[in-house]
Amino acid sequence: MAMKQGRGVAAINYPTGMNLGGDPSQALVHSTPTGNFMVSLSSVDLGQGLKQVMSQICAETIGVPTECVIIDTADTDTGPHCMGTFASRGTHRIGNAVLQAAQEARQVMLEVAAEELEVNASDLETDGEGNIHVKGAPQKSISIFDTALAAHFKQGRSISGRGMFLVQRSFPDTETGAMKPATCYAHACVVADVEVDDETGEVTVQSVKNVYEVGRALNPKMVEQQLVGGSWMGISHALYETTEPYYPNRDHGGTDFNQYLMPGPGDLAETETYVLERPSSDGPYGAKGPGEMCANPQIPAVANAIFDAVGVRIDTMPITPERILRALKAKAATGESRTQ
Amino acid sequence: MELRKSYFADERKDDLHEIGQSRPRSDAPGHVTGKTVYFADRTFPDLLHLKMVRSPHHHANIRSIDTSEAEKHPGVIRVLTAKDVPHNVYTILILIQVGPEDETVLADKKVSWKGEAVVAVVATSERAAQEAAAKVKVDYEVLPAVFDVLEALEPGAVQVNEHHPGNYYHYDSGDHRKVRFGDIEAGFAMADHILEETYSSSPIEQAPTETTGCIVAPEGNDRFTCYTNTQAMFFTLDNASIILQMPGHKLHMVGGTVGGGFGGKVDVIVEPIAILAAKLTGRPVSFIYSREEEMQISSPRAAEKIIIRDGVMDDGRLVARQVTGYTDAGAYSRHSPYGAQKGAAHYPGPYTVPNVWIDTYCVYTNRTPSSAMRGFGVTIADFALEVQMDKLARLIGMDPLEFRFINAYRDGDMKAHRQPTEGAALIECMQEAARVSNWPVAQKYLDMSSRTREA
Repeated sequence: MAMKQGRGVAAINYPTGMNLGGDPSQALVHSTPTGNFMVSLSSVDLGQGLKQVMSQICAETIGVPTECVIIDTADTDTGPHCMGTFASRGTHRIGNAVLQAAQEARQVMLEVAAEELEVNASDLETDGEGNIHVKGAPQKSISIFDTALAAHFKQGRSISGRGMFLVQRSFPDTETGAMKPATCYAHACVVADVEVDDETGEVTVQSVKNVYEVGRALNPKMVEQQLVGGSWMGISHALYETTEPYYPNRDHGGTDFNQYLMPGPGDLAETETYVLERPSSDGPYGAKGPGEMCANPQIPAVANAIFDAVGVRIDTMPITPERILRALKAKAATGESRTQ
Repeated sequence: MELRKSYFADERKDDLHEIGQSRPRSDAPGHVTGKTVYFADRTFPDLLHLKMVRSPHHHANIRSIDTSEAEKHPGVIRVLTAKDVPHNVYTILILIQVGPEDETVLADKKVSWKGEAVVAVVATSERAAQEAAAKVKVDYEVLPAVFDVLEALEPGAVQVNEHHPGNYYHYDSGDHRKVRFGDIEAGFAMADHILEETYSSSPIEQAPTETTGCIVAPEGNDRFTCYTNTQAMFFTLDNASIILQMPGHKLHMVGGTVGGGFGGKVDVIVEPIAILAAKLTGRPVSFIYSREEEMQISSPRAAEKIIIRDGVMDDGRLVARQVTGYTDAGAYSRHSPYGAQKGAAHYPGPYTVPNVWIDTYCVYTNRTPSSAMRGFGVTIADFALEVQMDKLARLIGMDPLEFRFINAYRDGDMKAHRQPTEGAALIECMQEAARVSNWPVAQKYLDMSSRTREA
């Protein structure tokens, strides 16, 4: 009886979006009289930070600081249509809609500024700090604050934009299965190190080294929060979680967090996260959807590490101590290395 | 977290003002100080509470429902049964022509899973609603049930619901979604080794911190505002409109700040019945899942059974991959037909395999309806695929990481569902993983690129 060490690897890809009936989202942007920008959506922030990343996409595109952009989420009276927040589609689909709306608003803003500065709009650029100036002549400039005032009180214009992003519906070919249910793909490779107690069947994930490719990390700290949370969820799926421990038997299902097991703070693996960026051709500033992808590769990596440690395959999730002990017993009895 | 900027540097602009910057989240201070307003933080005068009477049986005919004692219970304002629901059968994606409608809002003739909603009790307090719900008498004729996907597909199996003869989703391709690429027989014929393995999983709960729920308030002008934590505002509005036979302009959904979803809040379960209760009582109505309901009643991730048969050469090339996948939808569709279809497109994984044959089935059983969850249709597939890859590598005596390099897809490769690969980065992820974990691989693999077939 001993503590056995093992190491496993897994590599995956993950699609962005859900293209079952077409995959649309829309956005509206308008400026206030003082040069702040309001984005109206009917999209939902689940706690992953949708509002923050949408404000950064809008700000980058218009050319203002992020704090000048307010996001109004999820009111069907005030916001245009959104398919929803799922399928790793939020940053990509909604972000594209916000990007397009912001481009249109920016164009109006530059036209208003051009009239104030008596130049062509195409000769203007933003400095990202709240000013518009003539290319190559930064002394000839107007603030976005004054531009918005001029639009509202002098020129009678609405600095606003409409954005819509639609992936057309894909109808699978009945015979070949040719279809496009999603768009750009995120990627990951994970190496997990585990320790298995071959007397109790308990597994400790000692470390996970996660490498994720996300298209573009629009806000790296928020990408990190999602990737680290996802990594934890993957380990949780691999070793702990089930609503029916004796599936398909419905008995003994959990009714609360005492009965539905997930790893607690003391069970956290040492987690290292590395991010690569290969911009997608169709995402806002190259973003792909990493929201779901980040929770998947830990599961097989841990399973493979357990085999490396104690020589048994558990092909049923979750990989509980009971399943490992049964497999070890079967292996000892027959010399066979695999079980259910 | 460390960004590895050396990969694909020529494809990226790194001189942007706001993109690529770690700005603090605007809503974080509210979240960590308890100031953020979630739907249930709103208070309304005269608020009513809705509790559901649920089936204690996996499968049963309903002979009769007696609500008379419940209606007399102190505090009870209204008891709702199937006859109160204008269009009592629905399916979430019907607006985009994914049918048939197969699930009742409140069961009238039959229940097909343990926990199915039968009667809704609306009262002045949660306690009164709970106590009255216990007084509803439903006379059931218990029927045999089927819980296993393979048993459900056998001829003569118990019929789970009348809308899906044979207990499978009827795709336009038949009883399963299929992907065919190359010549699978020729692939297996040339293989040096063939390995067939079976993988399975049980359902998983999304486990959001905030349970599913909504509060509906009459606006006083025949319109209803529904404060909800749905993940998809218009799924909710459109389905409520169809179920309640109310024009969409009578409905106003407000949400947007949600305490975790992970796919569990994509279904439309609580809002239509709560709106109906508000309409029939003229008062605000709250319907919020208890933690027990969240764990037992809300749709989990589907259990899956996946059989993978691979043909591999001694030099590490995968030449054939055949996958049969079964998704346990439980008693009704919800989003499961899409999950099974998405799974079909996901195989054979991020690898270039010349001969591929995929069948995925969406199967009905007398179990809790499953639906979306983070990694929908893909998570269990990745588990199966990547454990299989490990077994294959060991079968031919090859390093598991080097085996993946040999088969990794690259730009321009045609995937089995006939989409050319673009924006691939699997090889680079594996290269970086090898470096940071000190996993030794031959130099030729570190010289590979997703952008070219050379090396």
